[in-house]
Amino acid sequence: MIYLDNSATTKPFPEVIDSFVTVATKYFGNPSSLHELGMKSERLLTQAREQIAAALKVKPSEIVFTSGGTEANNFAIKGVAFQYRHRGKHIITTAIEHPSVSEPCQQLEQLGFEVTYLPVNEHGMVTAEQVKKALREDTILVSVMHVNNEVGAIQPVEEIGALLAHYPKTIFHVDRVQGISKVPLDMKKARIDLCTMSAHKFHGLRGAGILYVRQGIRLSPLLAGGGQEMQLRSGTENVPAIVAMAKALRIALEKYDKQIDYLHEVKQAWLNELKAIPEIQINTPVEHSAPHIINFSLKHGMKPEVFVHELAKSDIFVSTTSACSSKKKAPSKTLLAMGVGEERAESGIRISLSFENTLEEIPIAVAAMKKAIEKLSEVTR
Amino acid sequence: MKYDRILIRYGEMTTKGRNRNVFVRRLKNNVSKKLHMFPNIQIEYMRDRMYILLNGEPHEPIIEKLKTVFGIHSFSLAMKCHNELNEIKETALAAVKQLPYEGKTFKVSARRVDKRFPYGSDELNHEIGAYILRNTDGLTVDVHDPDINVRVEVRQDGTYVTCRDIFGAGGLPVGTSGKAMLMLSGGIDSPVAGYLAMKRGLEIEAVHFFSPPFTSERAKQKVIDLVKKLTTYGGKIKLHIVPFTEVQQEIYKQVPDEYSLISTRRAMLKITDALRRRQRALAIVTGESLGQVASQTLESMFVINEVTTTPILRPLVSMDKVEIIEIAKKIDTHDISILPYEDCCTIFTPKSPKTKPKKEKVLRYESAVDLDPLIEKAIANTETIVIDEDFEAEDEFEQLF
Repeated sequence: MIYLDNSATTKPFPEVIDSFVTVATKYFGNPSSLHELGMKSERLLTQAREQIAAALKVKPSEIVFTSGGTEANNFAIKGVAFQYRHRGKHIITTAIEHPSVSEPCQQLEQLGFEVTYLPVNEHGMVTAEQVKKALREDTILVSVMHVNNEVGAIQPVEEIGALLAHYPKTIFHVDRVQGISKVPLDMKKARIDLCTMSAHKFHGLRGAGILYVRQGIRLSPLLAGGGQEMQLRSGTENVPAIVAMAKALRIALEKYDKQIDYLHEVKQAWLNELKAIPEIQINTPVEHSAPHIINFSLKHGMKPEVFVHELAKSDIFVSTTSACSSKKKAPSKTLLAMGVGEERAESGIRISLSFENTLEEIPIAVAAMKKAIEKLSEVTR
Repeated sequence: MKYDRILIRYGEMTTKGRNRNVFVRRLKNNVSKKLHMFPNIQIEYMRDRMYILLNGEPHEPIIEKLKTVFGIHSFSLAMKCHNELNEIKETALAAVKQLPYEGKTFKVSARRVDKRFPYGSDELNHEIGAYILRNTDGLTVDVHDPDINVRVEVRQDGTYVTCRDIFGAGGLPVGTSGKAMLMLSGGIDSPVAGYLAMKRGLEIEAVHFFSPPFTSERAKQKVIDLVKKLTTYGGKIKLHIVPFTEVQQEIYKQVPDEYSLISTRRAMLKITDALRRRQRALAIVTGESLGQVASQTLESMFVINEVTTTPILRPLVSMDKVEIIEIAKKIDTHDISILPYEDCCTIFTPKSPKTKPKKEKVLRYESAVDLDPLIEKAIANTETIVIDEDFEAEDEFEQLF
């Protein structure tokens, strides 16, 4: 199997599954319970929080565990909107956000909030200048993703953070689901107030995510109840998945230190091979793009779904645009926003790598791709 | 050119005379323990200052760590160069350029310690200032109240350039004032008292009274967590956990309600003093603040203190609660302290304890009880844990992370 869909989800590290199983069987207590078992569970939760905070160079009290990226994004956006609605009702975001950011924004529009969706340039990027122009007296939130999930464009998060340092009343949220463990980002230096991460994108398990909430930022809780997670996110904590996430993050960051150069090499080798295929157009920008995402379009009206299925026959897994939207038959939102045109936006394919991928896989996968293209060309002609 | 070293200026120990070396050496040891995770650094020390040569290690985390080491008045990132005018100018310019300097004001304060150097400090100020001004944009001179003070020191061994002073934790190096026992309850005050004791150079060992099943494992864990926070400032700290249930129950049974609190305190002090003797410490530190609660009135202190002649240090004695809380927040113990677990002080609290207890009465009540065997048993069964910054109580969890 050659798995090239790591931006949809990653294969959990075996050590991570071991931790999950041990915690789920041995330390299954509710962290809020008074007895010994509850206390152990609570210690595990605390230790996970401390380890994750240390890895991200923030305080443990700034880490809020959620059920995943979607919840963390919803919580950040609605939490700010409801908490600070008397301060203002204007939100700035980009045209290329993940649906878990753009959909909550649209929900808020129905509740009377105003949202500015910043367009991107042909490289899939917004600029700090655009944010500056869109800022208003009543802007309470700027939400910009770190790494785009469809094409891998890296947004100028640090520049935007530096700009927003002059606007203390505007909160800065960054969706870092794709960036974590692949593209470095100093959250303090970038002056980020809220930051979303998700375990299953760095070889953890689904069901656990992180919202970094900078000290001093208040959020209106989405889930009210028993007051877990410092009153911010009620619901019995998913301790096994959270412990597994702490371990996954540690291992993923260690792999980053050791293997990031290799990952760049793999990506470059992929690009070189793909560029040589005449039926393919590369969409991922050459500069300011993440080391693990390559997006390209098929020419001559070839159907990307068929391409995906054809490759799957040889146990090679890629994706049409992002996994979340790939069941809907729609052009890629990011590609459209980049202005590549309708046809190219409808035929996007995404390869997304992890530190598990190798140079050796490339010739095998490329040969399969060429074969698939040949087959498809026969049909379309 | 990048900052390659950190210059450390000593705190109050510069007032020491012939034994100053003892203080400096201890500080050097404390600093190198604190920075053990940066294997490439080198520490050079002399009578009046210390240098950490970074050798490629990142300065940001080192700066954060240094802020918690007692005995440091201030420190600065520094660059070193040869005593050669052009090289000094280049170095000073590079030092400024690493700061966000645009729109700021600056001045140069040169000192010529090595009088063999051909330029005087005024000439140096002028030469270096002019060079910086010529080679930067948006930076202007203000000799009275500059944003950036470029300090240039020409010494025998080379010239040092620094731009920004960072305040250290002050105080004296931990360990230079001897050792004391800290009575640590788990509340807000005692960790602060421990912090202040260490600030004056004391090495501390913590004593905690544990009364299962009236107090839970969580209360014990809380104290371990507090000690762990204190190790940020004190390196390794021993925590003695005294099983106190039997003593407490005996007092509760035999001594009238309004005096049970005083007797309990006296027993705790006796036990702590015995541990002090065993551990060869010379004082006992408590978090008492005058008049805060019934056991902390002057009358109560008088009666409790009567069990020993060991000096009892009360760093918080004249502080208001808000001042104590402020420090607790600064040293990050506050949030642990306010966790709502019962400790041995809250569990047997009488409804109306005496605020003006009489020594004679206490002695009379206690003469009816023979606590000594129970106290000895408690001391014998005391559990000691050595805690450092990386301490994890639950080893069973290790492979899970």
